[in-house]
Amino acid sequence: MLCRTANDLYWTARHIERAENTARLVDVSQRIALLPERLDPARHEAGAWRRALDALGTVQAYSRLNGPVVAHKVLRYLCLDPANPSSIYSCIRAARESARAQRGAVTLEMYEDLNTSWIEMRQIGQQRFEDEGLPRFIEWVKTRSASFRGVTIGTLGRDDPYHFLRLGTFLERADWCVRLMDVKYSQAESEAGDARSALGYYQWSALLNALSAMEMYRRRYRETILPERVAELMILNPDSPRSLATCTVTVHRTLAALAGPGNHEVVRQAGALMAETRYGRIDDLFAAGMEGWLRRVMTRLFELARQIDRHFLLTPEAVK
Amino acid sequence: MPVSYDEMFDNIGPEANGAARPHYGNFDHWLKAMPSGRLEQKRREAEVLFHRVGITFAVYGEKEGAERLIPFDIVPRIIPRDEWKMLDAGLRQRVKALNLFLHDVYHDQEILAAGKVPSDLILHNAEYKPVMRGMDVPGGIYSHISGVDIVRAGRGEYYVLEDNLRVPSGVSYMIENRRMMMRLFPELFAMHSVAPVEHYPDRLLDVLRSVAPDAVDEPTVAVLTPGFHNSAYFEHAFLAQQMGVELVEGQDLFVRDDTVYMRTTQGPQRVHVIYRRINDDYLDPTVFKPDSMLGVPGIFAAYRAGRVTLANAIGAGIADDKSVYPYVPDMIRFYLGEEPILYNVQTYKLRDREDLSYALDHLPELVVKEVHGAGGYGMLVGPAASKAQIAAFRERILAEPSKYIAQPTLALSSCPTYVASGLAPRHVDFRPYVLSGKEIHIVPGGLTRVALAEGSLVVNSSQGGGTKDTWVLEE
Repeated sequence: MLCRTANDLYWTARHIERAENTARLVDVSQRIALLPERLDPARHEAGAWRRALDALGTVQAYSRLNGPVVAHKVLRYLCLDPANPSSIYSCIRAARESARAQRGAVTLEMYEDLNTSWIEMRQIGQQRFEDEGLPRFIEWVKTRSASFRGVTIGTLGRDDPYHFLRLGTFLERADWCVRLMDVKYSQAESEAGDARSALGYYQWSALLNALSAMEMYRRRYRETILPERVAELMILNPDSPRSLATCTVTVHRTLAALAGPGNHEVVRQAGALMAETRYGRIDDLFAAGMEGWLRRVMTRLFELARQIDRHFLLTPEAVK
Repeated sequence: MPVSYDEMFDNIGPEANGAARPHYGNFDHWLKAMPSGRLEQKRREAEVLFHRVGITFAVYGEKEGAERLIPFDIVPRIIPRDEWKMLDAGLRQRVKALNLFLHDVYHDQEILAAGKVPSDLILHNAEYKPVMRGMDVPGGIYSHISGVDIVRAGRGEYYVLEDNLRVPSGVSYMIENRRMMMRLFPELFAMHSVAPVEHYPDRLLDVLRSVAPDAVDEPTVAVLTPGFHNSAYFEHAFLAQQMGVELVEGQDLFVRDDTVYMRTTQGPQRVHVIYRRINDDYLDPTVFKPDSMLGVPGIFAAYRAGRVTLANAIGAGIADDKSVYPYVPDMIRFYLGEEPILYNVQTYKLRDREDLSYALDHLPELVVKEVHGAGGYGMLVGPAASKAQIAAFRERILAEPSKYIAQPTLALSSCPTYVASGLAPRHVDFRPYVLSGKEIHIVPGGLTRVALAEGSLVVNSSQGGGTKDTWVLEE
C-alpha cells in the first residue's frame, strides 16, 4: 500500500486511541480529585489535575494558555480545547481528517463512524459539556472509540491497512500505559507512605477503574489492592487487553507480518521490547527501580516509532 | 420566457392535459397516495444520511476545508426506454467522432485540410497541446471518460449543451443518489423496472485496463487526485475504492527510466494506467506549469515513451472547447459519414463578424459563455441580467470577441422538485457518462442536476444547484 496511506491510517488509529486514553486519564483524575482531602493531601492545589498534565508532558503548554492549574480549566484543556493538539477534540478531528484523506483505504462504515464522532464532537460545546457532566462525556468518548474499533474489526480485511491501524492503536496504548504507570510510581515512591494506606488504596482503585481492570484484578489476585500487583497486571500480564505486554506482543507480531522475511531492525527492536515485558518478572523490575525502567521503556518506544517511520512510511526512490 | 417542457406532466402543445406522462404514471400514483408529512420526513432523513456518509464537496472561494452537501432532491427524473435508446446511440456516435477528431488534429489534420474546421481555431488554441503532435495513444482513444451535458427544450427535444472531455465529474452522485433512493423508497423500485447504474466503477476499470501499455497482463491502475482540498475529492476517493485501486497524489508517484512508480510500504511499485483527475497544466512541472506541486516530474516523458497511459489523454480539451463545439456535427459527418443523432444548440461564434453583430443586438435574449470557462463561472444569462450587467459584459465581449460564444436562452425542461413551498417545477439538465476503451460503454443513467431557485437556469453545484436520481426504465 502507499506509504502516505499507511501513515494516515497509523495516525488515525493513534489519535482515536489517544482520545480514549485521555478520557480514561481524565476519569482517573476526576475520581481522585473527588476523594476527601484526608485521602488526597494535594487536593487543595488540584494535585490530581497537575499529575494528569504531568503524565501527558503538557504542564508547560497548559500554563502558557491557562495560567495556574485549576480543575475546570484543565478539564477544558484536555477535553475540548482546539488549541491543544492532544485534546480529545483535536484527536477526534485529526483521526477523522486522516481517514478522510484515505477514504479509499478504509471501509465506508469506518469512515461513517469517524465522521459521526466528529459531527457529534463539534456539537458538544462548553455548555453541553457542563450540563451533561463529565461522566457522560467520558462514556461517550469510550463508546466512540469502541465503535471505531468494532467497526474496524468487523468490516476491514486483514491486510495492510488493518495492520497499520493495529500498529497505531497498540503503540499508542503502550506509550500511554507507560506514562500512566510512571506518574503513579514516581508519586508513590516520593510519598514513600504506607502502600496499604487508604490513600494508596483509593488512588490505585481509581486507576484500575479508569482502565476497566478492576474486575480482572479481583478475579486474578482475590486480594486487596497492592501497587506491585497493579503493576504486574498493567505491565506484564499478557491477558490484560491494555497491559504493556499485550501491546508489545501485538506490535511485534504486526511488524513482523508487515516487514516479511529477512532481518529488519524495526522488528528486532520490537522483539527485544516484547521479550522483556512478556517474560519479565515484577520483582526484578522493582528491584532494579521501577521508575528508571519505565523511563527506559518510554525512550525505546519513541525509538521504535522512529524506526517504523523510516522502514515503512518513507520510501526512498530506489527501484529494485 | 416561454413555457418549459415538464418531464413529469404533459404541459405543452394543443393536446396537453396536465396529467402525468405515461412513464411517470406509477410514480404519480405513488406520490398521490403518500401521506402528508412523509415526504418532508424522508427528505430530512436523506440529508442526515448524506452528512454521515460524508458526501460533501468543497466550494472554491470559501474558507479552506469548508464542506457542503449538494442538495439531493427526492423526485427522480425518469427517462423512458425509447428516449434512452436514442440518447445512447447519439452519445456513442458523438464520442466516437470526438475521439477521431482528437487523433486527427494531433496527427494528419485532415479535417483542417478539408476546411471543415478553421485551422487557426485549433492550432492557436491554448487547449491544443503541441507536445502531443505525432504521438500515438493506446487504441487511439483520447477521451476515455466523457461527460456529455444534455438539456431538453421546446417540446422536449434533446440537445447537447457541451462535451466534457477533460476531467468530467459527478458520476459518484449518480451512484450515491441511486443508493439513497433505494434506501429511502424501496417500494418505488418494486413498482418500476429501473436500469441499474451501480456497476459503473467495474466498467470504468475494464476500460482503464483495456488501454494499458502493450503486453501487460495485470496492469496496475491508480486514480491521481490533487488532494482532499479539491472540490471533487470525495468522488476521486469513491471511484478508487469502488474499483479497488490506489488513490494517489503527485507526491506518491515518481519516475525512473521513463517508468512511473508509486511509493508503497513494500517499496516502489510500477503503475501502468493513471486515471488522472488533475488538469493537463498541472501534470508535469518539467513540461507544463513549472510551479505545479500537484503533478509528477517526468511523467510526460514516461507517457510519451508509451510506458504509462493517462486517462483522459493530454490535450483532449481541444475537442470540448466551447469555440470548437459548433463544429461537432460536422465532425460526425466528416469522420463517420452519418447525420448527427443528437442536436447541437444553435451557437453564434462571436469570432465571426456577422454572429458578433447579431449577438450584440440581442444580448438580453442570449446566454453568452466564455469559450474556456467552466462550472457556470464567467457567463451572462441575458434574460436574468440587469442592464448594467449586460452593458459591462458587452465591453468584455468587444475587448476580445473570439473569447465568447452565444446561444439562445433555452427554456430548459423542468421536473417537479421538493422545495420549501412543496413540489414545484425546477429546471434540470442531464449528464450521462460515456466510457471509451476497446469498446464504448454507457451506463443507462447519469447525473440530473436541478436549479433550485425558481426560474433559475444555472444547475452547477458551485452555484447552488442540486441533484436528482435519474431512472432509465427498462420497459
